[in-house]
Amino acid sequence: MFIFALSDFVILSGLVIISSFVLPNMAVLVDKNTRLVVQGITGSAGGFHTRQCMDYGTNVVAGVTPGKGGQKFDDRVPVFDTVAEARAQTGCNVSMIFVPAAGAADSILEAVDAGVELVVCITEGIPVMDMMRVKAQIAGKKSRLIGPNCPGIITPGAAKIGIMPGYIHKEGNVGVISRSGTLTYEAVWQLTSRGLGQSTCIGIGGDPINGMSHLDAIRIFNDDPETEAMILIGEIGGSAEEEAASWIRDNCRKPVAAFIAGVAAPPGRRMGHAGAIVSGGKGTAAGKIDALRAAGIAVAETPATMADTLIARMKR
Amino acid sequence: MNIHEYQAKELLQKFGVATTRGKVASSPEEAEQIAREIAPAEIVVKAQIHAGGRGKGTFANGFKGGVHLCKTPEEARETARKMLGQTLVTHQTGAAGRVVNKVLVAESAQIAREIYFAILLDRATAAPLIVASIEGGVEIEAVAVKSPEKIIRESIDPLAGLQPFQTRKLAKQLQFESSQLKSASKLFDGLYRAFVGLDCSMVEVNPLVVTPKGEVLALDAKFNFDDNALFRHPEVAAMRDIAEEDPREVEASRHGLNYIGLDGNIACLVNGAGLAMATMDIIKFYGGNPANFLDVGGGATEEQVTEAFKILIADKKVQAILVNIFGGIMRCDVIAQGIVNAAKTVHLSVPLVVRLEGTNVEKGERLLKESGVTLITADDLADAAQKAVEAASSKSQAGNPKSQASNPK
Repeated sequence: MFIFALSDFVILSGLVIISSFVLPNMAVLVDKNTRLVVQGITGSAGGFHTRQCMDYGTNVVAGVTPGKGGQKFDDRVPVFDTVAEARAQTGCNVSMIFVPAAGAADSILEAVDAGVELVVCITEGIPVMDMMRVKAQIAGKKSRLIGPNCPGIITPGAAKIGIMPGYIHKEGNVGVISRSGTLTYEAVWQLTSRGLGQSTCIGIGGDPINGMSHLDAIRIFNDDPETEAMILIGEIGGSAEEEAASWIRDNCRKPVAAFIAGVAAPPGRRMGHAGAIVSGGKGTAAGKIDALRAAGIAVAETPATMADTLIARMKR
Repeated sequence: MNIHEYQAKELLQKFGVATTRGKVASSPEEAEQIAREIAPAEIVVKAQIHAGGRGKGTFANGFKGGVHLCKTPEEARETARKMLGQTLVTHQTGAAGRVVNKVLVAESAQIAREIYFAILLDRATAAPLIVASIEGGVEIEAVAVKSPEKIIRESIDPLAGLQPFQTRKLAKQLQFESSQLKSASKLFDGLYRAFVGLDCSMVEVNPLVVTPKGEVLALDAKFNFDDNALFRHPEVAAMRDIAEEDPREVEASRHGLNYIGLDGNIACLVNGAGLAMATMDIIKFYGGNPANFLDVGGGATEEQVTEAFKILIADKKVQAILVNIFGGIMRCDVIAQGIVNAAKTVHLSVPLVVRLEGTNVEKGERLLKESGVTLITADDLADAAQKAVEAASSKSQAGNPKSQASNPK
């Protein structure tokens, strides 16, 4: 009995320590309290974008490259061999992954195992089978995963964790959720050019199996007092946009605008016969647009009118 | 990536999936030799091209049908002679047809019953899913519409894999007799091991047949592979037949570019799959027609951008080029330098519309301006699309290249 009680105490005290790094302002996932670790910091893309994030003001506390533990990145950021060491010594609570595709799934699992609360995987080209196993292994864990194959997440003026150009963003109250990186920049730039800032922009990534879904992100924005409206950017394939639409119809009172890419895409280039059956006619641009409109969401006719569509919807 | 029927057969054999005896032949003599090994069973000779509708197709030399039953090895030889080196036109090849370089010579199975069986990666559950039906040998889409209750679904735990009890459950649902249970289970298990072991996004067997003697055989299998995983399956990557692919796409993939050829006249060069799709959408919205989908990706080099440009320019249908870059991981100056290099090596005979935004945009714009390359700049996406549509339509009306004034921002 005594042993059980002791182990309970250890687990509890562990949670308390972890929570003290995380709890303030977690509504939009990243902010001034973010302590970032970069996995793959010594690679060329990892290094370039780490510098960009630091220039933006993100608090980068550690890097991880196996075999390079003990070095310093740019004479400032300590590099560790493992995420567990980085976490123990720096209290990092968010990870950004630039590890090449063949090892990226393992890097996600390493970050989750180390207890990092938010894992943002930028890497593109990860085998789908690897992500399928990652998704099953991290189910029920406390860590959240954004991506892979995504631009990352940014809270303008507070923290940039990803590869998005910082200057196009502006502090404000629009939440942006997207499966596509560059299309997100397009939406953000349109908003900023029209004087509308963003609360947080989340790129959930374009892979068939990913971490955070459209719906997960929408729930977070719906609960966030800083967020007054949302732009949802989707594309053909799967049924994540349809699921988000039906939840919004029933639960969300904030104005939402959307754009779906792929109206002009040739059908069947990526989807097998049997896949089309399982989704039961879902997955086409037309089907997604219909589902969104039926849920009261304003859908932009072209990618050039995403911000204008939201502005018109907010005035209604 | 697609593979030929004979290659799918080889993969089935490798994973212990029961199929008909047969091999691929490149000459009539080889076809006869294989047929002798199979005789006295009835033989089928099948033209090997990626397109469907082979049975009802016609060869350019007038010979009808890409699939023939033959009674003797000599007949198999003569049938192969009429197919090899000839162009087969089916409803899926288009009028140009495809040249047949190989034929599959196989035992023709006696069929008592046909079943549909597929394993695919289900995005919604992030797990493998088996989709099967006792209505095999027909288009499964038609079954789904007409009698959806005849479609069986069995989800597989991604970490534990397909369990033996699941194979038995499926076999019973697919109305196999008790005496056939073992061979059906073995076949399902082999297909699942192939699906996982080769990083497939789908394996489809249609039909899976039961012979009058009660044998269970995979008659025809279609494999879809995850391109992202080909790096760890060199044996699968080696099965690629570039003669079956759009030469523009072959060239693009040689340079690591994500390119899909289309039929329009406005070429696009974009970074990011979503923005590339959206660029095609907005071209269509303004009344134009995209010539391609091209995502240069996140980490493209100057050389890759230059090669991308060469592929776009080589397409004779192209009347205008639209470059739409929103730099993030991709830097605008890299794109600009790639354009400048391409303009130096290839004659730019069509109007070029460029819209740059994002990381290092000033540097990119300066590079383009100082290079003296003739181009039309655009302020935003709508402006770029409209200018490209306008340029393409005036170019096709004029019939020859028009010089475009440089109009830097």
